[in-house]
This record gives sequence, C-alpha cells and structure tokens, in this order.
Amino acid sequence: MRRAAALLLLLVAAPARAEERRSGFADMAPATRAMQQDDMANPGMLWVLEGGALWQRPAGAAARSCADCHGDAAASMRGVAARYPAMDPGEGRAVDLAGRIALCQARHQGAEPAPRESQAALALAAYVAHQSRGMPIAPPADAGMDAVRAEGQALYRARRGQLDLSCAQCHDDNAGRRLAGSVIPQGHPTGYPLYRLEWQALGSLQRRLRGCMTGVRAAPPAYGAADLIAIEAYLMARAAGMPLETPAVRP
Amino acid sequence: MARVLLQVPATARRGEVIEIRALIQHPMETGFRPDASGVVAPRDIIRRFACTWDGETVFSAELHPAIAANPYLSFTALATASGTLEFAWTGDNGFAQTETRRVTVAE
Repeated sequence: MRRAAALLLLLVAAPARAEERRSGFADMAPATRAMQQDDMANPGMLWVLEGGALWQRPAGAAARSCADCHGDAAASMRGVAARYPAMDPGEGRAVDLAGRIALCQARHQGAEPAPRESQAALALAAYVAHQSRGMPIAPPADAGMDAVRAEGQALYRARRGQLDLSCAQCHDDNAGRRLAGSVIPQGHPTGYPLYRLEWQALGSLQRRLRGCMTGVRAAPPAYGAADLIAIEAYLMARAAGMPLETPAVRP
Repeated sequence: MARVLLQVPATARRGEVIEIRALIQHPMETGFRPDASGVVAPRDIIRRFACTWDGETVFSAELHPAIAANPYLSFTALATASGTLEFAWTGDNGFAQTETRRVTVAE
C-alpha cells in the first residue's frame, strides 16, 4: 500500500512528459500486474532473496563480503541502480550495474566475477536494484556519459538485421500498436533484471536487447559489449524520472 | 537449497480459514525441450508437494511437466489447534526440500 502511494506520488511529481511514457507494466494483463505487485507471488523475489544471501557471503582472496564494505544494502545501495550505466574512472568506460558489481568483485574481493547472466550475477544485480524500487531513474550528468548516450541513440535508430528494422521503428513509431497478439511496449527499462514469463526465469536488459536483435535477424553483440551498454544508457536517459520496478514481471 | 517464499499467518483464531501461499525456485524442466545443439534436456520437475499440520495432511498436489518453472501454490486450511506446518517438495534427481512454520491458534 505504501509502495503504491509512493509510486503515485512519483507519477504526480514527475515532469509532464512522463505522462506520455508508459512502463510495460501498464500494458500487462491484470493477473500479471498482480503477480508483480505481490512480493509473495513475484518469482523475481526468489532471486532477490538469493542476492541477499550472496551479499552477506565472504568471497575471493580477500574473504570479504559485499556487506563488509557496503553494510546494509537498504541504506548503501538505495538509488544506486537508478544511476547506472555510469562511467568507471578506473576503466575509463561506461559500465552497467552488473558490470560494476563484477568490477567490485574483482577489485575488492579478489574474486572471479560471476559470468554475466549466471544465477549469481542476476541475483546480486536484482538484490541491489531492488533497493531502488520506486525511485525515479536518474541518469548521471556527465560529459563522458553524454557521448555514450549519443552513441546509444544512434544504435537505437540504426536499422539492423535481415528485417532491416531499428529499435525506434517499433518502440517509438509503433509503440502501443500490436505485433501479432502483443502490445509493442515503449521499451523503457524500468524493471531489470526482471522475471519474464516467456523465459521462466530472471533475465537482464542485455538478454532482452539481444532477444530483440535476434528477432530482427541481426547478429547480437556479446554480453557486456559496449554497444549494449550504450543502448542501455540511452534507454535509461529516455526513461529518466520513471520509477524503478525491480524485480518486474513481464509476459 | 532452493529459495522459498512462504506466506503463513503466525496467528489465527480457532475455526478461521487461513490462506497459505508457497512459491519455490525450480526450473521444472519438462524433458521435451531440445537445447541449442538439439539434445533433449532430461526431465527435472517437482513431482509432489504436501503440507501437513502436526502430521495431518491438509493439502497435497501432484505436479506435472506442463507446470511452469518456480511453481506457486495457494490453498486454505482450517485452523483448529496451534501446531507446526510442514511443507515438503519432492521431485526428480532426488529433489527434496522441507520448510516448517508455526501457527498459534487463539480461542
């Protein structure tokens, strides 16, 4: 109830432009919406639970847990997911939340980072992102990120694959219309990692992007590729101010 | 150990019908799906779920390959006396998990 009130407040407080934007949540069947809103029925919460356990578990050569440095995630990780992707000064490139967690594991735990899209990586990302649920997406103002976002926008508008379609042709020009039986969403990444009924599992935005690319019969970039992070950075800027829903449920 | 989300009221009035909800992490691999290389993945599902109240079965279910991953079950029970509820999931490849919750029944 309190979450619903907070969500409502955010919707009211967000700029007028936000009203034209729709989370994929709004287009879901009532049963699927109820599944997402009920933490006891949302299967994504199983990964959040798993992530909470990993947060406390010491790992790597340093035998340190996430909690040893960051303490209580409810305080230290609040709002973090709303700001990613962001520049990593050490690497000199943009990293997404999963990439940031992997860097942290390598640098501070001396551990081999969990591979992208593995259960452990998804669980930790879901746990961290869950701490920002209900908070507005707030991409960082940063010249380096502006360049990445511009690159992402160009990729979003670039036609690709044997079907010769760009992301924009579906998700800007035809959003709200139907592709076969499904409503084409506006493509706002508000709930990742999310539980997709089609996947029967939790998955990242990169999995979703790669799935779309395969759908237009283009060769998708590998997980963690700069192109995918650039598209994510652009999509997050496009969804700025919309509340995070992690872990969302989608059909 | 699979992660489990269980919703059981800690207290109930005698004669009250309580709602119990159980969600467990499990792939429920059907045994019919070929992977990318064409090899059919062997079946790996939960076969049976049972809930007992101080040893007496209050709900049980047989699960089948068509049931989605991370099966969610919701059922009701009549609260007659304080007791321990035991939830047991058993399945292929020796899968067995048990959770317990205490329910206090007041007059």
